Parts: sequence; structure tokens; C-alpha cells
Amino acid sequence: MARIFAYIAHKGGAPDDTAAELIAAAKKIDPSASPTAIALGWGAELDAVCATLRASHTEVWKIAHETFAYPNAELIRKALVKVLPAGAIVLVPHEHFGIDLAPGLSIKLNAAFVSDVVAIEGVEGSGLKVVRQEFGGQVSAHVRCDVLLGAVVTVRPGAFKPLESAAANGTVVDKSADVGALAAGRRYLETVIAEAGDVDITKFNVLVSIGRGIQEKDNVAIAQELADALGAAVSCSRPVVDAKWLEKSRQVGSSGKTVKPKVYLACGISGSFQHLAGIKGSPFLIAINKNAKAPIFQVADVGIVDDILEFLPELTNKVRELRSVAAK
Amino acid sequence: MEILVCARRVPDTSENEIELNSAGNDIERDELVYSINEPDNYAVEEALQIAGKAGGQVTVVTVGGEDDEEILRREMAMGANQGVLISDDAFQGSDGKGIATILKAFVQKGKYDLILTGVQAEDGGAQVGGMLAAMLDYPFAALVNSIEVLDGKKLKIGREIAGGNREMNEIDLPCVLSIQTGINEPRYVGMRGIRAVASVPIPTHGASDLGVDPRAVGESAAKVKRVDYFVPTLGKGAEMLRGSREENVDKVLELVAAKGGLK
Repeated sequence: MARIFAYIAHKGGAPDDTAAELIAAAKKIDPSASPTAIALGWGAELDAVCATLRASHTEVWKIAHETFAYPNAELIRKALVKVLPAGAIVLVPHEHFGIDLAPGLSIKLNAAFVSDVVAIEGVEGSGLKVVRQEFGGQVSAHVRCDVLLGAVVTVRPGAFKPLESAAANGTVVDKSADVGALAAGRRYLETVIAEAGDVDITKFNVLVSIGRGIQEKDNVAIAQELADALGAAVSCSRPVVDAKWLEKSRQVGSSGKTVKPKVYLACGISGSFQHLAGIKGSPFLIAINKNAKAPIFQVADVGIVDDILEFLPELTNKVRELRSVAAK
Repeated sequence: MEILVCARRVPDTSENEIELNSAGNDIERDELVYSINEPDNYAVEEALQIAGKAGGQVTVVTVGGEDDEEILRREMAMGANQGVLISDDAFQGSDGKGIATILKAFVQKGKYDLILTGVQAEDGGAQVGGMLAAMLDYPFAALVNSIEVLDGKKLKIGREIAGGNREMNEIDLPCVLSIQTGINEPRYVGMRGIRAVASVPIPTHGASDLGVDPRAVGESAAKVKRVDYFVPTLGKGAEMLRGSREENVDKVLELVAAKGGLK
């Protein structure tokens, strides 16, 4: 079996949650595997990351380089190509950095590439069988990937449950000297922090969250009326922001806000994993969608197949009635 | 600035419910509504805006078959100067690397300063742009949500990272960028615009035109193959309310109140 490596995403001196998830993914490829962690970075932060990884990985490859203080996919790719052995299976978290790094890495390693894997069914011969989602999660696909010459596999964050495992007390191997000089055609300048926006959706117990099913900008008012009646805020999924119907600060998801309400009304939202990744704290999730096959119904507590443009105004009227009765 | 946009025609998830066929090995493709992959459309709009400011031509290319001409015409109606179809029986069944290999050959027959793709196709792996860049040894950036032309040699770009934050970079030309949705507001294309380009000839290139070795692409070269489709059962699934609308409204209200949402 090929040697398995796990690319370690880290921040502020601590490995990301995906570090433990990639161990679980590696064990699905080969139950006897103990993936080698590869951590690239610089200075005390990288040392701290490697020290933590020793507890969970039997071997940790440390690659320190001044330019890795902020990860640049092109430079990191060049470093990885220099140190990785032929035929390696490399697991990378499927997030903004992995998406930047992994496809090009597979080309330079002459390895197969399969992305955004949500489950691994095992290996038959040189064929690794994995599961991916397509069409926004409406259907899944089994994909066979020939790993004979190695593979780069990006793994969806949160898809693999970390395993309980004994302390590894692993060793850190410093591979920095193998990397040599590095240059890139892309240079990091700065990170621009998201604007706060008019309403802080993270502060509300109830969110009326709208997706593509709201259909047009003028219809956002329908959701706002319900939110006003409930004392809730209107949040949304990505297509609503892309269409400029609401500000980016209202977006729930991996590229937007992370929210922890008590009740989440998903209205005309299909339920892509990027959106669901922004909903934490297990709120009571009520989904209303015209499409009975929408993936949101797989994760919601309660579902209604209906047109939100007709359903929401009736709900608003009922809330108002209830409020006026209570006021009397 | 000469700009190439690599685009694809895909089943439109905003127009279709994607279901399995009766054999359970593919999605049901009868009566599917197809359109240009959404991020690719943003990429074309971005290319048009850059060419509008910096000058130059916008070419849209797709690897596929005759049916795919439809999206090329649509993007020409938006303002792209040229559409190119890359089509050959030998290309059937290509994986991401195969498609990137074909596009590389096409790129090397022209002279492009900037190559754009959409970040990901509905049924794709967010892979072709990054692979193409690596094959060409061009710099690459994924998830690009802003582009500013600094001069004829470099761009200032923003990348979408976690939490709505934006990572700013400088990148040398020529380069490949994968474009995220929301970067701009793609212009509307009316029937009149489509009719105006209906008879514009679309050049088609095959494997021999591009000098692509048929053994390096297509199904036989693909290391990654889709075996089948299935519908997963995730979790226990929602309790579906199947009453009248009025009953459902009452039930939702009751639940919201019970969960502490009516304070």
C-alpha cells in the first residue's frame, strides 16, 4: 500500500480540526495506515503545530520556510513536490487553500486527483473507491480513482469523524533543507476583513433564511415581514448575495457567517454543504422548499414542500394574529 | 489583454430537480434544462469588463459536442468576440486532467494574457483551472472574487477565504484564475442578442488540429471515473408536514413557539 500523507492546515500555532479528520480518512483507505503529517510554516507557530501533532501522528514532517508564514499555494506546491516520494497518496482538506493547491499538485506529482470526497469505501487493486456529491448535493456519485502512481485527494471538512486513538508520541522530521530556493508568480498582499453590515445575524435566536427560492429582490420583503413579526433577522444563502439582493454580511455558510440560533427557518434553500457548514449549535431547523428532493430535507427537523412566496405571507399573518391576541 | 474563458454547459440546478434514472446508474437526462455553468458565466462577464477597460478580445472555449454550441452563442450574445468548440470522439470520457490536457494544447496555439474558468462545475471537481495552470507553468489563483488590472504585466486579485474575508494578492500575467460567483453582475442576454449571433460560424477543433495525442485523453487515459450515481440517506431526514397549507402554518408556528422562538 502506498504511503499516505496528510496536509496539515493550521492557524495561530494550532492544527485545524481537519488534521484529525484526515487520520480518519486515511484509515478508510488503509486501516493499518498511520498517515504522515506534513506541516509547512515558519517560526514558533510551526514548532507549536508540530509539537501538537506528535500526540496524534507517529511521524510529522516539518518544513519551515520564511515565505510560509502566510501559506502561498504555489510555493507550498513546489516544496511538496520536492519532498514527497513517488506514488504517495496525499490528503488535503477541501477548503479555500486546498482548492488552490491540490489540482496543480496532482499534475506536478503525475498523480490522480479526486476532490471534495465525503466518504471512502476502500481500495480494490489500484482503485480507490470514494463518494462525491454533485449538483449541490442532490445526488452522490461513486468515483473510482486509480492510485497506482499516487493520488491527491481533497477531503470535505466535517465529513470524517475523528477517531479516538492512543497517544502516538511521534517523531518530528525536519525536511526544510530539502526544499531549496522558492519563487512564485503570485504574492500575498493582505487580508481584507469582511464588513460588519447593518444587522448582526449571529445575535438572533430565530433566523428567517432565504435562498434562491425567493426568486427576486422585491420578494426579500416577504421574508423581512415575517422576521419583523417574529423578532427575527433575515439571513440567506450564497445565491441571494451573488444576485446582490442582500449584503454579504447576511450570508450563512463557510464563506459567510457562522450562526447559532435556536430556530432556523430555511426558506427556498437547497442546503449545500457550504451553507450548512455555517449553521452550528444544532438549531431546530424547519425547511420550506418547492423541490421535494432538496438536500435540506435530509438534515432538517421538519420539512414542508411548498412555495415560500405563498407560505411565508400566511405564516406572517398568523404570527401577527397571535401577537395581537396576546397583546389584548 | 487577450482573454480566454473556459466554459461548460451543465444541467441547470435552478431549473431542474436532479434525479436518478430508472437504472440507477446515471441522473435522468431526459428533459433536463441545460445552461452555462453559473461561475463560468461570471467569468465571461469579468473578462468582458476587463477587456472593456484594458482593451483586447474575449474568446470563450468549451470542450464538448454540437449541443454545447448553445452556450458559446449565449456568451457571444453577451459580448464575447469569439466562441470555439473543441470536439473529438477521442475526448469522450476524459477526466479533469484529460480536459486540462486538451485545453493546454488549445492555449498553446494562441496567445492569451489571462485565462479564466469558473471555480467549479455543478458536476465537477474544481480542478481544471489549477491543472491547466500547472501544465502551463502559469501562476494560478482559485476562488477569485475581485480583479484589478495593475499594468500589462500583473493583476491585483482578491480570493474568497473563510468567514467572508478576502485575501489580496498580486499575480503575474499570463495566469489562470478560477472565478467565484458574485464577483460581478452578469449582464442580461435577451432573445434578440442570441438571434444576432445565431449564424456566426463557430470554429471547431479536434485532436489532430490541436496536436493532442488521443492516448493522453479520453476514457482510456482517465484515472478517475464515475462508477454510478445514487441518492444518499443522510441522517434521519426531516419529519415532513403533509397537511393543508393552513395546517402547516399552524404547526410551524407551534414549533417555533415551543423552541423558544416567539419571545
